[in-house]
Amino acid sequence: MKFYRSHILIGIDDASLAAGVKEIEALLRNELQKNNLSDEINILETGTLGHFGTGVSMLVYPEQVTYVNLKKEDIFEIVEEHFLKGRPLQRLILDRSLTQNYDFNYKRRIVLSNSGVIDPENIDEYLGAGGYEAWEKALTTMKPNELVDEVKASGLKGRGGAGFPAGLKWSFTAPIVADQKYVVVNADEGEPGTFKDRLIMEGDPHKLLEGVMLCAYAIGASKAYIYIRGEYKLCIHRLEIAIAAAREYGILGNNIFGSGFDLDIFIKVGAGAYVCGEETALIESMEGNRGTPRSKPPFPGVAGAWQKPTVVNNVETLANIPAIIKNGAKWFAAHGVDGSTGTKVYTIMGDVNLPGLCEVDMGTSLRTIIQQYAGGMIEGRTFKAALVGGAAGVFLNDTLLDVHMDYNSLREYAAVLGSGAILVMSDTVDMVDMLWSVLRFFRHESCGKCNPCSKGTALLFKLIDGIRKGKGKDSDLEQLIKVSNGMQKTSFCALGQSPCMPIASAINNFRQDFLTRINVK
Amino acid sequence: MKTLEELRKIREKAQGEMKLRESDYRYKVVVGMGTSGIAMGAREVMKAILEEVSQRGIKNVLVTQTGEKGLSSLEPVIDVIEEGRPVITYGNMDVAKARKMVAEHIVNGKVINEYVVSTTN
Ligand SMILES: Cc1cc2nc3c(=O)[nH]c(=O)nc-3n(C[C@H](O)[C@H](O)[C@H](O)COP(=O)(O)O)c2cc1C
Repeated sequence: MKFYRSHILIGIDDASLAAGVKEIEALLRNELQKNNLSDEINILETGTLGHFGTGVSMLVYPEQVTYVNLKKEDIFEIVEEHFLKGRPLQRLILDRSLTQNYDFNYKRRIVLSNSGVIDPENIDEYLGAGGYEAWEKALTTMKPNELVDEVKASGLKGRGGAGFPAGLKWSFTAPIVADQKYVVVNADEGEPGTFKDRLIMEGDPHKLLEGVMLCAYAIGASKAYIYIRGEYKLCIHRLEIAIAAAREYGILGNNIFGSGFDLDIFIKVGAGAYVCGEETALIESMEGNRGTPRSKPPFPGVAGAWQKPTVVNNVETLANIPAIIKNGAKWFAAHGVDGSTGTKVYTIMGDVNLPGLCEVDMGTSLRTIIQQYAGGMIEGRTFKAALVGGAAGVFLNDTLLDVHMDYNSLREYAAVLGSGAILVMSDTVDMVDMLWSVLRFFRHESCGKCNPCSKGTALLFKLIDGIRKGKGKDSDLEQLIKVSNGMQKTSFCALGQSPCMPIASAINNFRQDFLTRINVK
Repeated sequence: MKTLEELRKIREKAQGEMKLRESDYRYKVVVGMGTSGIAMGAREVMKAILEEVSQRGIKNVLVTQTGEKGLSSLEPVIDVIEEGRPVITYGNMDVAKARKMVAEHIVNGKVINEYVVSTTN
């Protein structure tokens, strides 16, 4: 058997084949031969070496150096420096420093504290992690109004987008006397780029259930519905397992823990309309009607599902409740900042090194989130914009990187926290294309109930489409703002009231992108 | 239907099992089985680990699943937990790497550096 001083493993997978790995490998063989190294260095093809960047990777033994994102021209340098001179080429080596000290932030996590730790399909592990302690505490030692007060004192605000104080919402429904009240969980998660609720439900379904139970007890509801988008198959599966286990253990059911309190939780699967995330359209859809919004008042808190008093809360909102009841409002309020207590789960995507999720204290700056929890910008790209809050969000530019992400600070810049989706864009992204995509979404999702929204979203799309095709006029920009402001004042629900936010922020912060498109003639 | 007393017992037992020290296991292998992980092949990875463990008759390892913890772009992600040591997080795993991980890490106690994406105390 031949003895080689070095082995090179080349990763072959769809991505590397598409990036021309075969050509690069041939070149490498050729270069080694030219330098009389073919007898010393062995080249082997192997499966994927991992998904680093977009290109070709190879692993060199015995040094255990991984080169990533290789291009043809790099091969000459690697052969020269590494294989002839024995100096691994730092420039192309996979840098693990990004992830090596990656901070998952478990110490501060509240809603995702168990995600990535316990088995979501095993109720015993949830119990072992301290689960259902709050439920036991509430049923055996607390009165319903004490729960409402605790949640009020915690300062928790709704995480579904609007940021309405949760305790206050509960306090409207709790005192109403009715033969039936409901808790409805908004798990529709339709805001583009948002998948935080999915992470909570698939990673720790019992935490949501416990939050629902506590809410139901606080307001006196004996039935709860989780309205969940149909695409979330894994969440639905795990929630079904969790509900069945809770029933089996007597955590749900009649006369729970001998308290005399009855509760059951049901799942309703949605069919995928953005408007069905709006709480009253959601209720209509749940009742089997066409999903269009209702007039408010009466608010759902007074007349919601089947006209009964109903609290509608977002998944993340409710997933905060167990920790608040277990540890107290003060403990909770020690997270975050004044006016925005607790943590926030963000989903981060776009031109960053480590897209994905993070849960951090309210008030953490966008810069910190990008640097510390998303691995920073992809090399060679500079930050241009972030769309925060999904389609109904705002485009922030680099002057706002250090703004604290909380309700009050963002409001100063006419921005919103929204659903917690952060789409990071580098200077390779054109804002005309981005806004086009957002407005196409609104046109598609307008439900048709009211004129300002159905006609308005079509007109907005026509305007941006014209600009994108190079047929725009300067006055189109003012027209976009005028129409969307009009819609904000006259649309029936927040769907039609929202496009003004991405439009105004895109045009005001990135006007040059629009003018460039308008002026190419 | 369980009484509160029974629930407390289940809780204590589960707490004990979650601490490796108080169990028969030396290693706990936790596969991230969220949507991203599954889309990137976590189910196959999990299956391969279970097969490898049973074929080799390894008794001191507990293999389990969990949701996403972060570093979603490096899925499938696997944590190998050993009492008193930093948690080793392997990323970009596949079936072949998972089998190798069992052979090297679980059987021989050797961390495979090139697959490690993060270590946490
Ligand atoms: C068009 C539209 C879509 C919405 N989609 C969602 C959604 O997917 N999830 C959600 O929790 N809230 C959504 N909302 C907000 C809900 O109407 C409501 O404010 C929320 O469920 C209240 O829960 P919270 O107070 O816990 O945030 C949407 C609102 C509008 C106008």
